[in-house]
Amino acid sequence: MSQVPQITRIQELIYELPIERVVTRNVITVSPDTTMSELKEILRINRISGTPVVEGGRLVGIISIEDLIKALESGDIQAPVRERMATRVITVQANESVVEAVKKFAQYKVGRLPVVNEHGDLVGILTGGDITRGLLEAIGLDYHAEEISRYRARHIFEDIVSDQTGLILRYHIKPRDFTGGGSASSKIKRALDRLGAPPLIQRRVAIAAYEAEMNLIIHTDNGGELIAEIQPEVIRIVATDNGPGIADIEQAMQPGFSTAPNWIRELGFGAGMGLANIKKCSDSMKLESQVGVGTRLEIVIRIQPVMSSGNAARPSEGQQKQETS
Amino acid sequence: MKLRDIIRVVEGKVLTEGVNLDMEISCAAGADLMSDVLAFAKPNALLLTGLVNPQVVRTAEMADIAAIVFVRGKMPGPETIALAREKGIPLIAAPYTMFEMCGRLYEAGMASCDLDTKQG
Repeated sequence: MSQVPQITRIQELIYELPIERVVTRNVITVSPDTTMSELKEILRINRISGTPVVEGGRLVGIISIEDLIKALESGDIQAPVRERMATRVITVQANESVVEAVKKFAQYKVGRLPVVNEHGDLVGILTGGDITRGLLEAIGLDYHAEEISRYRARHIFEDIVSDQTGLILRYHIKPRDFTGGGSASSKIKRALDRLGAPPLIQRRVAIAAYEAEMNLIIHTDNGGELIAEIQPEVIRIVATDNGPGIADIEQAMQPGFSTAPNWIRELGFGAGMGLANIKKCSDSMKLESQVGVGTRLEIVIRIQPVMSSGNAARPSEGQQKQETS
Repeated sequence: MKLRDIIRVVEGKVLTEGVNLDMEISCAAGADLMSDVLAFAKPNALLLTGLVNPQVVRTAEMADIAAIVFVRGKMPGPETIALAREKGIPLIAAPYTMFEMCGRLYEAGMASCDLDTKQG
């Protein structure tokens, strides 16, 4: 098998997160005209070992405690910073991703990098600690955002008031798209999960929708449409197509009866159990078809008592079959 | 039975990353007909199958199947593995035939996904 390396969320974030999201702003700076003597006091009071040199907002150099020591040694303590600063400064752009900074930290073995914008103005200073903190916050935000959207989805039917609120998911199903088959049903299942439908309801809807979706893929000339209408107490799945249609519906409903071609049987489908499965999963099911015109399958699954209660029981088998047409 | 023990019994190889080997599996089903799986497999079951196409993973997703074992050393293609990874469904390849695989697991105490007679 192909060994695809697994990319963790952290690795993704290192590429996604821009430096401007994690950089420390409002850093202490000096001007080129600041004297080395003044710089000494600034470093001492702020307990820092160096600072960017800024003129009119632009980063023009960097000065460190090492430069100060050299100035002291040469008795040049009244010299302006301009004469003592390093002017070839390694910087990173604020809009670059964090990975660029990680590379430069490793390449130049520096502990901090000045961050500039596209005009060369100083935005702030970046340290390894800033990156760590930024990544941790981003993960926290991701988690939080997921929780909020989940919460909102669960309460959608309470927030949006009408006499009959429903959510309609509509999918176009391509004929003979065996590989892609099931992706619509997968999305329906995921929507139900987000809406807080009980797991057994999700499963029944998913199986019924999946069988219906596979039928559209296997048996139709032009594909069809799979629609899920989700209401707080009932889920309706409708699969429609425009042909070829079913000649004998009673026969089609018989478990084991199949008109599927061999290639589809070899793939594990078309054993004549699809409609029987759908019937088993649904509270009611209606199949209408006309040869040369098309087929319409409607499946109803009830949620009891209401969605988002999280523990609704599956209705008893007796109840389930009464409404089957 | 824990997934770890199942892998040992069938001498399987895990094909997906990040698998929780301590996952408890409630019962097992062997089938090559996906509609059969959809009809009788219970949630959290183990599926043994000789099919390796992506629909096996789709079926597992819809029916809440916990893990899939491919029999006779069959290897799924990259599409199947990618879908399993996306859905977080462990894939295992094992060398024995379906018959022997079922026998080994049954002997080791694995329960069968019994048909629900009420639904007959």
